[in-house]
Amino acid sequence: MERRSKLLSNLDWTTVFIYILLVLMGWLNIYAAVYSDEHSSIFDFSQRYGKQLIWIGFAFLLAIIVLFSDARIYSGFAYVFYILIILALFATLMFGKVVNASKSWIQVGSFAIQPAEFAKIATILALAKVMGRYNFKLNSFKSYVVAGFIAFFPALIILMQNDMGSALVFGSLIIVFFREGLPGWLLAFFAFLVMLFIFTLVFSTSAIMVTLLLLAGIVFVVIGGKLKAYARLLGIVLGVGVVLYFGSQIFSWKIPFNYIFIIPILVGIVAALIKAIASRSRIVFYSALFLLVSVGLSLSTDYVFEHVLDVHHQKRINDLLGIESDPLGWGYNVNQSKIAIGSGGFLGKGYLQGTQTKFNFVPEQSTDFIFCTVGEEWGFIGSFVVILLFAILLLRLLKIAERQRETFSRIYGYGVVSIMFFHVAINIGMTIGLVPVIGIPLPFFSYGGSSLWSFTLMVFILLKLDSDRYGALG
Amino acid sequence: MSLKLQTDRHFVVSGIVVLVLLTIVIKLFYIQVIDSRYKFSAQNNVLRYVTQYPVRGLIYDRNGKLLVSNKVVYDLLVVKRLVKSFDTTEFANLLDISTDQVREAFTSLKKQRGYSSRKAMVLLKQLPVDVCNRFREQLFRYPGFELQPRTVRKYERHIAAHMLGYVGEVDENTINNNSYYQLGDYIGISGLEKTYEKELRGKKGVNIYMVDVHNRIKGPYENGKFDSVAVEGKNLETTIDADLQEYGEKLMVNKIGSIVAIDPKTGEVLAMVTSPSYDPSLLVGRERAQNFMQLQTDSLKPIFNRSIMALYPPGSTFKVVNALIGLQEGIVHPYTQYSCAGGYTVGRGVGCHIHRSPINLTEAIEMSCNTYFCHVFRNIIDNPEYGSVEEGLNVWRKHVESFGYGHKLGIDLPNELGGIVPSTSFYDKYFRKGGWSSLTIISLAIGQGELSATPLQMANLVSTIANRGYYLTPHIVKSIGDSLSIDEKFSQMHRTTIDSVWYNYVIEGMDMAVNCEPGGGGTARIAALPNIRICGKTGTSQNPHGKDHSVFFAFAPKDDPKIAISVYVENAGFGATWAAPIASLMIEKYLTDSISRPYLENYILQANLLNRRGKTK
Ligand SMILES: [Zn+2]
Repeated sequence: MERRSKLLSNLDWTTVFIYILLVLMGWLNIYAAVYSDEHSSIFDFSQRYGKQLIWIGFAFLLAIIVLFSDARIYSGFAYVFYILIILALFATLMFGKVVNASKSWIQVGSFAIQPAEFAKIATILALAKVMGRYNFKLNSFKSYVVAGFIAFFPALIILMQNDMGSALVFGSLIIVFFREGLPGWLLAFFAFLVMLFIFTLVFSTSAIMVTLLLLAGIVFVVIGGKLKAYARLLGIVLGVGVVLYFGSQIFSWKIPFNYIFIIPILVGIVAALIKAIASRSRIVFYSALFLLVSVGLSLSTDYVFEHVLDVHHQKRINDLLGIESDPLGWGYNVNQSKIAIGSGGFLGKGYLQGTQTKFNFVPEQSTDFIFCTVGEEWGFIGSFVVILLFAILLLRLLKIAERQRETFSRIYGYGVVSIMFFHVAINIGMTIGLVPVIGIPLPFFSYGGSSLWSFTLMVFILLKLDSDRYGALG
Repeated sequence: MSLKLQTDRHFVVSGIVVLVLLTIVIKLFYIQVIDSRYKFSAQNNVLRYVTQYPVRGLIYDRNGKLLVSNKVVYDLLVVKRLVKSFDTTEFANLLDISTDQVREAFTSLKKQRGYSSRKAMVLLKQLPVDVCNRFREQLFRYPGFELQPRTVRKYERHIAAHMLGYVGEVDENTINNNSYYQLGDYIGISGLEKTYEKELRGKKGVNIYMVDVHNRIKGPYENGKFDSVAVEGKNLETTIDADLQEYGEKLMVNKIGSIVAIDPKTGEVLAMVTSPSYDPSLLVGRERAQNFMQLQTDSLKPIFNRSIMALYPPGSTFKVVNALIGLQEGIVHPYTQYSCAGGYTVGRGVGCHIHRSPINLTEAIEMSCNTYFCHVFRNIIDNPEYGSVEEGLNVWRKHVESFGYGHKLGIDLPNELGGIVPSTSFYDKYFRKGGWSSLTIISLAIGQGELSATPLQMANLVSTIANRGYYLTPHIVKSIGDSLSIDEKFSQMHRTTIDSVWYNYVIEGMDMAVNCEPGGGGTARIAALPNIRICGKTGTSQNPHGKDHSVFFAFAPKDDPKIAISVYVENAGFGATWAAPIASLMIEKYLTDSISRPYLENYILQANLLNRRGKTK
């Protein structure tokens, strides 16, 4: 009896309140998205809003079960959960059902569930367990390899299922690494590489090369290198470039045009590296290394784009970057989605009054594009409120994570925030054309049981750990 | 990690979260409040995407005769919400369909993917022009309905169904894997329509209109800034001679089999007849599905493209290949003689017909002597130079494959088969390792046994002989649109492993088989033409399911080959009886554009060789 009252008094009710609010708003929007004059009973279980009511009921049940469970099982069985989910992912890969070209669903009776959704929870639990060991420090190569493996191995299997959206979600765990000691410049470098990848798709490789070279030069000079040394290096680079250029012109060497830039730059970088090692200049060494990685990345971008991404994703990225326009193909979805949201205006058209989102102008409107209904019917005000609620929830969860005494709980909390943040930002971002369409659901809003349950479990496990944070010591 | 650093990181992460969400809010504010592009909807307008379907490319024959063009049909679209109640019977009569069909169309309307009562959905597909003209006059009485023009195929000549292929609606799988296609689009499903789909289809366009609640078009959205224009499909010029194709199909009526004719110098396919065939216009329009079902269930398999998919043993025609391999490997000489007294008697034995004896290589081809080629084949396989039977078979196989056997030739049609040239591992499995010898596989000597090839490969083989040692990959398309170049692979020369000199002896034999004196023993004298020197070889391809298939291949004229042809007639018996006259008529038709032997033509036209399956010889 005492335990129960302690649970109730220690429970973070703010989070619970926001959670319930978001789930209910989500359901109202699914109802609006599917709504038509012909079906009007909210308990019509042949319709999506009817089914979603069942999923919500189960979700609440799951939340209660978690709250009354023993908090120690999450840490104690973290590895077991992890191994089980890896097996489930492999099983899906072999026996799964193909939906929209990805093999990520497994049929259990009349239910279809998506193990990738639950892999997120198992992965952050296992990651928290590994990184939460009291002698673990994120400072050696080995520690990065171990933690990196735990965090990204499931993503690899999910990628093999051809579900790129869900796989990318795991990339957000870099935030957890940052919180636990990943140097800030590495995080910045990671962001820089992502940007470089995008720039390379838009601009020509040669332009990127020249820009990088100038950038490295400026950094080098500003940080304190000698202008003279830089000029000498530039001389070498230009010299090799000129030789290659005239060589290709006069002796008709078959050198692709890009390589006339790339080869001298590589020669220059190697020369700088050698000099850096010889003179023990760390700045030269790091800026050269930085350049080397950047050049490598922008060179491999085209390869990755052509060979790793499938046609769907190529199209989406091309369309987003304005390289290719296909208003009937993928561009249609985003165009329609933007029109729906844009037509909502400041105040929105009113609940159930949307014309674009209803009547199937927007595809996948109750799943990945549910935010269109919010934007159209509730306007900017409504959209702002939804985003504000997500912001409050995320910041609240961060605060909860920070107040944990056990490293395990803190890392787990950061994992929850990372994943939820990625889902919210990417999902809403894609409906308004900020990021390419990668099919991931909006937490608590999108139609479907797997996503709702997995986010419910994620949040309530954290709340359980939090309510237990004093008990764990005693 | 110091406590301060930890607090810092907490704030950095919070900062990132806030910053990113703020960016989203700003963008939302921009499109919802500032950008006026989306405000049209305030007046309850909606956008309508109207696809502009391009016209599919035309298909011509080698002489510029039109084979495939397009005709206009209409899809009847409906915006369900705007429909007022109407008299079903009158409506059905107007459209020339039954009231049941109308009801059925309305029930299945709602089951369509992405159904919406506010969107224009397809109610009835491919209505003919005259019906639509009548309906259009009454359209004002039926609010919510409209007609959308589409083009479907029209066949100017009712020939070459298998080769041309047909066009149909895309299936779900294609839509999921190729973002160009959308529900209701047409796509080439077989034949040239499939191979050259990308060139023929052109590119769809789209017009975006603003439409008010009453479905009235208010004008183009954003002045057509987002519209795109449809691009017409490219025309194909094929290598087919439409008249020859038509004649071939006429000759093959009431027979099962195939004719393939190739221009040996270029690899251009002149005619490709598969029988039984069907009228390609059966697979167009509203009756397509029903007709397709009927063709599919027909026991004679009219949809099956025998020319590139049927695998037959080449029979005696294959003796020429064994002769060439023997000559190249030096185990037989043009003047080597063997005697034949009714058959090859070693082992199980292979029978032969009565002819003079002993004979040399050229005569053996002329008279198609089984005994002679059993000797040749065994000498190839058992040649002591190779050291083992296995090695012997490998050498033989390598030669055979250089004639385009045992693999797809790579013609520009889908679903081509490659045939079989048995390998050592095949026989090791079939018998056991070391459990077979040249005698066990002796039927390969006369083109029987585990060997099989398509009629196209047979035509390509005789084309190779006509060229004295090389072939160009057979193909059907000569040019696409305005460009004169086609795939490079069609102009590459494939040389056989046999030296060019040896071909003359074989060709001599094929010449004599057709053109020897009466009583000289030639097996294909029925094919002879007075003014054109045809070189040919008969064959009889054994068939476990009934009477043998009649086979003949030939090229002409001897000194300047312009046509190489293979003919298969299933269950028809000796090659000379049916296949040879058909080939001869085809050659005459192509080279002289006339027929000098009406009696021979009649004999073929009147023959009904169906229903011969299952009967023993
Ligand atoms: Zn004989």
